Amino acid sequence: MNHDHFRQQAYGPAARKEDARFLRGKGTFVDDIALPGMLHGAMLRSPLAHARILSVDTAAAAAHPMVEAVITGDMLAERGLAWMPTLSADVQAVLATDKVRFQGQEVAFVVARDRYSARDALELISVDYEPLPVVMDAGLALDPAAPVIRDDLGNGRGNAIFDWSAGDKAATDAVFASADVVVSQELLYPRSHPAPLETCGAIADLDEITGRLTIWCTSQAPHAHRTMYAMMTGLPEHKIRVVSPDIGGGFGNKVPIYPGYLCAIVGSMMTGKPVKWVEDRSENLMSTSFARDYHMRGEIASTADGQILAVRAKVIADHGAFNGAAQPAKFPAGFFHIFTGSYDLKAAYCEVTGVYTNKAPGGVAYSCSFRVTEAVYLIERMVDRLAAELGSDPAELRMKNLLRPEQFPYTCPTGLEYDSGDYPRALRTALDLAGYDALRAEQAAGRQRGEYMGIGLSFFTEGVGAGPKHQMDILGLGLADGADLRIHPTGKAVLAVSCQTQGQGHETTFAQIVAAELGLSPDDVEVVHGDTDRTPFGLGTYGSRSTAVSGAAAAVVARKVRDRARLVAAAMLEVAADDLEWSGGAWRVKGDPEQARGIAEIAMAAHSGLDLGTGVEGHLDAITVYNPPNLTFPFGAYICVTDVDAGTGQVSVRRFIAVDDCGVRINPMIVAGQVHRGLADGIGIALMQNITFDAEGNCLGGSLMDYLLPTSVEVPSPELGATVTPSPHHPIGAKGIGESATVGSPAAVVNSVIDALAPFGVKHADMPLTPAAVWCAIQAVANTTKGVKAPDV
Amino acid sequence: MRITLTVNGTEYSRIIEPRLLLIHLIRDELRLTGSHWGCDTSNCGACVLWLDETPVKSCTVLAAMADGRRVMTVEGLAAGTRLDPVQEGFARCHGLQCGFCTPGMMLTARWLLDHHPDPSEADIREALSGQVCRCTGYENIVRAVRWAADYEAAQDQADHS
Ligand code: FES
Ligand code: FES
Repeated sequence: MNHDHFRQQAYGPAARKEDARFLRGKGTFVDDIALPGMLHGAMLRSPLAHARILSVDTAAAAAHPMVEAVITGDMLAERGLAWMPTLSADVQAVLATDKVRFQGQEVAFVVARDRYSARDALELISVDYEPLPVVMDAGLALDPAAPVIRDDLGNGRGNAIFDWSAGDKAATDAVFASADVVVSQELLYPRSHPAPLETCGAIADLDEITGRLTIWCTSQAPHAHRTMYAMMTGLPEHKIRVVSPDIGGGFGNKVPIYPGYLCAIVGSMMTGKPVKWVEDRSENLMSTSFARDYHMRGEIASTADGQILAVRAKVIADHGAFNGAAQPAKFPAGFFHIFTGSYDLKAAYCEVTGVYTNKAPGGVAYSCSFRVTEAVYLIERMVDRLAAELGSDPAELRMKNLLRPEQFPYTCPTGLEYDSGDYPRALRTALDLAGYDALRAEQAAGRQRGEYMGIGLSFFTEGVGAGPKHQMDILGLGLADGADLRIHPTGKAVLAVSCQTQGQGHETTFAQIVAAELGLSPDDVEVVHGDTDRTPFGLGTYGSRSTAVSGAAAAVVARKVRDRARLVAAAMLEVAADDLEWSGGAWRVKGDPEQARGIAEIAMAAHSGLDLGTGVEGHLDAITVYNPPNLTFPFGAYICVTDVDAGTGQVSVRRFIAVDDCGVRINPMIVAGQVHRGLADGIGIALMQNITFDAEGNCLGGSLMDYLLPTSVEVPSPELGATVTPSPHHPIGAKGIGESATVGSPAAVVNSVIDALAPFGVKHADMPLTPAAVWCAIQAVANTTKGVKAPDV
Repeated sequence: MRITLTVNGTEYSRIIEPRLLLIHLIRDELRLTGSHWGCDTSNCGACVLWLDETPVKSCTVLAAMADGRRVMTVEGLAAGTRLDPVQEGFARCHGLQCGFCTPGMMLTARWLLDHHPDPSEADIREALSGQVCRCTGYENIVRAVRWAADYEAAQDQADHS
């Protein structure tokens, strides 16, 4: 029995440990917690997108019999808390003092004895606003005549935030200049919102006697939050405890610190009681981290016979009123430079300009792997545009240009080093699963009958699992994660990790990782997370970091335990440590494998009176920090089959085939669940979800009546396939999977719809492809092309 | 005003504000926090529980309307320590991730199987279409409900043979 065999026993589709409590309604989400004497906060928000605040009158609210405190921006300013740092080293108003800069911005906070009274008191606050002209169009934000939104910065840069580029401009331009074919396309990746089913919230409890602040909070990054709270409030970090209990989905929405959390803390400081604040759905959609809002121009160059040579992109990135993007500091456009995709290119160059507008702040959130989503969408739409231009089959064109297995590790033209891949195998697997040729035949036959079926492909490569630390940090905190593994005398283990699940099943997966390394059963490993008092420091869960970084930490710390166990086993067996080898879940004497000791026996011996030899401590516990040497690069091939009603513009998704390669799969059941979610996201983002604004800056996607999320009837049964190309640098060969499908699938949906509309001559339409958008796209080209005439209406 | 209602077989009597929503009575007053709240517009279904024999979105029902009636929440789904087959199905088929939508989904699924013991996939999707799950993409929820249907059919057969 070798080690791999043992690993295979621990890995596999194990049922989840966390399910027992959720199935019985016994989870503990933030809003489920009620502390003795707890008060309730409610936030007053700006109805205007841009306005000067002339006065805030809170007297009537403060006089409400159930109200215990009313907090304004001026009161926070006295404490030095009116502004807070964002994750992109900008500042954001906690409560507005000078101006409001987006609709829904935080203006005042009421603390009352119950939920309803807090809301009632909001009605009693009167705010005098002087409306200012708004900037809603990212393209116009840089106009020198545009009103300056962030006059507080006084930096003379108008509404510009950053200019960032990657790749070799001159080399790329040269390739374009001599290419046979160049296709360009304007592409909008519209503003979207992750909308986890549980909204954001916090309970702050400052113990006046001990000076300890405890914050229960919807946080994907409890340790980073603790450090930030210390920096913001001046409270010493060892007196702060952040507890992120059960989290009802995050997807990036719960990475930042929001003004409501700080107001709850100040409320607790002022009243001496715990204060709970939980936002409602409109607050969630209108004020917390949005995603995307990338206004892109893509260009692709190829030879006449379809050898892709280079890509170029120019992007205006709308970051809203405050740059609250959560991403590594040196990468203001995240990993957008992976827009070179999965292809063997000679050159690539991209430029991204970040701008302020009068919209909710943020910039990165929603399972985007730090802007890889936008990058994949761009390249995959451009490849389809090129295929249409060349008259080639999009699958053939991709196959012809995909990187070949022998090219890995591969450094792309913008400098990322892809760790491993077998792309043609993944694409072939997807084409086979789909029955691609038969689908094309069916499509051709359908078109004769006036039926418009679309077949859309997307081949994506992601870079996930940030750091390394020296390249990637957030507010100076390097992107690494800790793991602490304790082995009790009876051989039961407790693993504490710095990442935090929001539904991904860490309690199960990480137990499997440790079990595989130590020859234990996953049932013998308890996973602790989400509580800064009980876990080692680390940067948390987002950007598909958990398995890639914390999963690695779990394996590494377990191997440290194994190394300690070797010394104890040597003492037990009275041999030299060098004479032992780890195999079959135990330390065995080389050449005499029956002489063996497993972890449980070793743990008991370690704590016994046995003479362990000089320098050997009497326990097996270990701690580690894992600083990844590189990102991991999961990839996949997706095929989406749609049926489009050309008369109404209605799109229905008939099939979704997804072949993912995320390296070694620890729990394939959980991996499949992650992919299912992302495919539903792709359908939602491509067809339904949209956060838009009117000309005055009113948010038009502020409720689930307007911001449409896919339900069980819009999402088909997905058809999944897998290939396994281990990551060469990850301790167990795994790569991230949490966001792959959200990243990879929207392009497949859009490519499918545009493919369906090809007979009409439609070349492109921007997401979301609502019935109206599809219908308009058909009408727009109906009279200008020689394609099929649009249906009469 | 005073209301009296039976929740999961236990009778409760409370003095409430007339405007109190049923979801807040259940969660904040009775401290049964398995039912969740997720939207302002009756779109998400995180709050679904049974009022008498029917699943309702309890964010859209006044607590006062439950006076004299029976409520069943997720906490009442299992028979003692024995999970309802729907709960069992969700565990076996990985029908939940974060678990936030799960109580509402399971209560609707229970109602479906009580009325349609052999639902097609389309029937299941239709029944759940008023509720949102952001984690599972619905696939494994559908499989979970189908698992419960098959399990119950097998039990029935065993009982009758
Ligand atoms: S809370 Fe969303 S439907 Fe009731
Ligand atoms: S399991 Fe998270 S919303 Fe359904």
